[in-house]
Amino acid sequence: MKEFLGTNGLILNEPLLWEKGKKGRSGFSLPRRDVESSPLGQGLTCEGPDLPDLSEIDVVRHYTRLSQWNFGVDTGMYPLGSCTMKYSPKTNEKQANLPGFAGAHPLLPAALSQGVLRMMFELQQYLAEITGMDATTLQPAAGAHGELAGMLLMYAFHKSRGERRSKIIVPDTAHGTNPASAALCGYSPVPVKSNDQGILSVETIAEVMDENTAGIMVTNPNTLGLYEENIHKIAEIVHAKGGIVYCDGANMNAVMGVTRMGEIGVDIIHLNLHKTFSTPHGGGGPGSGPVCVKKELEPFLPVPCVMEENGIYGLSEDFPESVGRMQAFHGNVGVMIKAYSYIRSMGPKNLKKASQLAVLNANYIKERLKGTLHLAYDRPCMHECVFSDENQTAHKIATIDMAKRLMDYGFHPPTVYFPLVVHGSIMIEPTETESKEDIDQFIEAFKAIANEAGRDPDLLRDAPQRCKVRRLDETTAARKPCLAG
Amino acid sequence: MRYLPHTSEEIASMLEAVGVDDLDSLFSTVPEECRFSADLDLPESLTEWDLNAHMQALANKMAVSPEYKVFMGAGSYEHFVPASVSYLLGRSEFVTSYTPYQPEMSQGTLQAIYEYQTLTARLLGMEIATASHYDGATALAESLLIAIRVTKRKRVAVSSLIHPLYRRVVHTYFEPTGYEVVELGYLENGVTDLTDLDNVEDLAGVAVQSPNFFGCIENFQAVGEKAHDRQALFVASFTEALSYGLLKSPGSQGADIACGEGQSMGIPQTFGGPALGMLASRKKYMRSLPGRLVGQTKDLDGKRGFVLTLATREQHIRREKATSNICTNNSLCALAAAMYMASVGGTGIRELARLNHDKAEYLKKELKSAGLAITFDSPTFNEFVVEFPTGFQTTHERLLEKKIVAGLPLAPYYPELANHYLLCVTETRSKEDMDAFVREVTS
Repeated sequence: MKEFLGTNGLILNEPLLWEKGKKGRSGFSLPRRDVESSPLGQGLTCEGPDLPDLSEIDVVRHYTRLSQWNFGVDTGMYPLGSCTMKYSPKTNEKQANLPGFAGAHPLLPAALSQGVLRMMFELQQYLAEITGMDATTLQPAAGAHGELAGMLLMYAFHKSRGERRSKIIVPDTAHGTNPASAALCGYSPVPVKSNDQGILSVETIAEVMDENTAGIMVTNPNTLGLYEENIHKIAEIVHAKGGIVYCDGANMNAVMGVTRMGEIGVDIIHLNLHKTFSTPHGGGGPGSGPVCVKKELEPFLPVPCVMEENGIYGLSEDFPESVGRMQAFHGNVGVMIKAYSYIRSMGPKNLKKASQLAVLNANYIKERLKGTLHLAYDRPCMHECVFSDENQTAHKIATIDMAKRLMDYGFHPPTVYFPLVVHGSIMIEPTETESKEDIDQFIEAFKAIANEAGRDPDLLRDAPQRCKVRRLDETTAARKPCLAG
Repeated sequence: MRYLPHTSEEIASMLEAVGVDDLDSLFSTVPEECRFSADLDLPESLTEWDLNAHMQALANKMAVSPEYKVFMGAGSYEHFVPASVSYLLGRSEFVTSYTPYQPEMSQGTLQAIYEYQTLTARLLGMEIATASHYDGATALAESLLIAIRVTKRKRVAVSSLIHPLYRRVVHTYFEPTGYEVVELGYLENGVTDLTDLDNVEDLAGVAVQSPNFFGCIENFQAVGEKAHDRQALFVASFTEALSYGLLKSPGSQGADIACGEGQSMGIPQTFGGPALGMLASRKKYMRSLPGRLVGQTKDLDGKRGFVLTLATREQHIRREKATSNICTNNSLCALAAAMYMASVGGTGIRELARLNHDKAEYLKKELKSAGLAITFDSPTFNEFVVEFPTGFQTTHERLLEKKIVAGLPLAPYYPELANHYLLCVTETRSKEDMDAFVREVTS
């Protein structure tokens, strides 16, 4: 049998932090005490929090062992659909850690922070150029935060015209966060279904769009990995009723240099720097979710915005109609530095090529796996393709079993059971940074697993066998929650 | 390009497998009117060494320690970060993983976040903590929304001594909701005036920060009692998590929710972000919490393991009825905080916090001896307000040239406090730094 990536190796057990250590140990070099002790009023102080005392080596071994129970893009292929788990270049980390950036206080006078302000100003422009929009805010801390900013912008836009609209159109192929973000702004989502081609029909939107609808939240390419071919006409319908077109740009990695949202009717788009622009996901953040807008929405952008005048950069709060601040300071600057470094390293041609190769890799997987897995929509895809477990149900094997078995083969599973429009969906996004050998190995692994499903389905049901733990009891975890030790 | 591994032969063979002639043909479903035919107007690609030079040049234009002595906190604190923490935080298994949806392959992140939740809860004296939020300001906004959900009331009272930028974030979140924010004034000694609380109807929660924006330590106990008298939730806010190494925790003084900024716990300042929103609460509010939670469970063999849990609160299941739209935490920042708390330890954090307090007291005393007025006489932690003579702005600017940042002018935030500056001293400022500072501001 061909040798796959997944194998057995020695990893070590490690207790919880407070199950080790001894009172009086320390892993910290306390600075010299060069001033006298000064009393603090009675009743204000405590005995000190109940944190364990550990030595430096205790801490180092603890986290080194924990890290070895984890799987990252640097370990292997991580084809999570809609998450764009591309390689995170190491030089970007280095730039963000430069003391001039990492040590900067957010309230420094502008004259003392020209370097970071210039970086932010240029990044605003680069993102506007890539999306074909007019202005950018870098404030939002994550994709969902960018969505919230987008909804606040929509709300502020309508309010400035003396309107208070109550509904918003959210397609079934939109991201799960979309309706929640809309609800925070008091909009009730109007769900619409995609057609038999997996995309939105002009007629469906025309039926629901009215003057009480603030606009539409569309994901393009959508979560089926398909380009919304009718977007231009849909935008016209929404605009004709005074609505705003918001695009969830989580899937921007498919279309850099290929299509520009600002030119196809989109008014607001959020980007995920941690997806398209290579910044690492960090086990679930920090991300960064800039929002780019067309001219008519610029007055409402969150403050502060970075401005430039005669080569001098500054933060401007002079936006009387602004939706306000999205977080205390100026956004996740450390993440911006990495995305900026990525864009500067890639340049315009390689950004376009990245999108082309991301789409090539997804179509290649789609073609090579479609005999093995059931393909939900057999048409050209963008940067991700969506299969289902339909071919395996005869063996009483579900998506979850194949996903868990992939771990034993040395791959992170794809996104599973999302999008909801496909029953038992398996959403694969390889990204452009995977080599052909790794993609071929992934395809072979999936084929081998499909084969096992018929031959020895328990291999799948008992998977994973090669991870630190076996399948976990999530039901009890939720029924009797234990959130702290 | 080194990030794009395919050779032209590989591209050709893959195109053949897909059944198209060239890369452009992959986009056949993009209608003609949606195509972008020009080239993106972006700078040409830089080599790695050119990028180094460019970024270093930008970084050189920043005023940072040790060249600059920054006596400014106001929500972002210069604390020493051990090399072991930065080094461990660079482990790429942590850095390049996603949200731990597949727990069997993510036990490292999951156990680490469970430990973070526990240490945070212990630091704040609360029963449970979330897996973290974007920053202290968004954690406050989310906490006030919890109070509204839990009490089903529509108005919150917020101290005017909560960080002014945090209050602005609260206003951003509240603007479209129809819920109302009432601001509480402050007393002559620099703490929140609670008397107006009695006049607020339909009160869902009361938020007070301690140490507050002026650095003064608030009487949390009193706030808690007042809030509870009105059946409202007491939301304790903070910008300097390290203070609870020394000060009584919010939980021990009646807080229902404690929320604030954890940047002090091993996270570089980086011009304000990424930061760490800490949010902890009493257990009974567990199902109303926004964001991620990690819980302990067992695997099929009965072995201890960890999973993301209580997902029924979350947007991918509840959609528009979710407790929040948040779908991530600031995981790596939470991890940094856990590593930092583990390194400093229970004994160390008390000593470190004590040192912060004592250094700030030293500077306060020296400034007083030099004839300057310390505006508020309430006890402080590592920040305090000083009143400089009229026209100090010129001195402030002159000191910038001498590479000293002499605090934050308060007038833009509190117009009544012209010539007042908020100063901060952490363990990173030496006695010599402070003596030099006093000489300079009084000369």
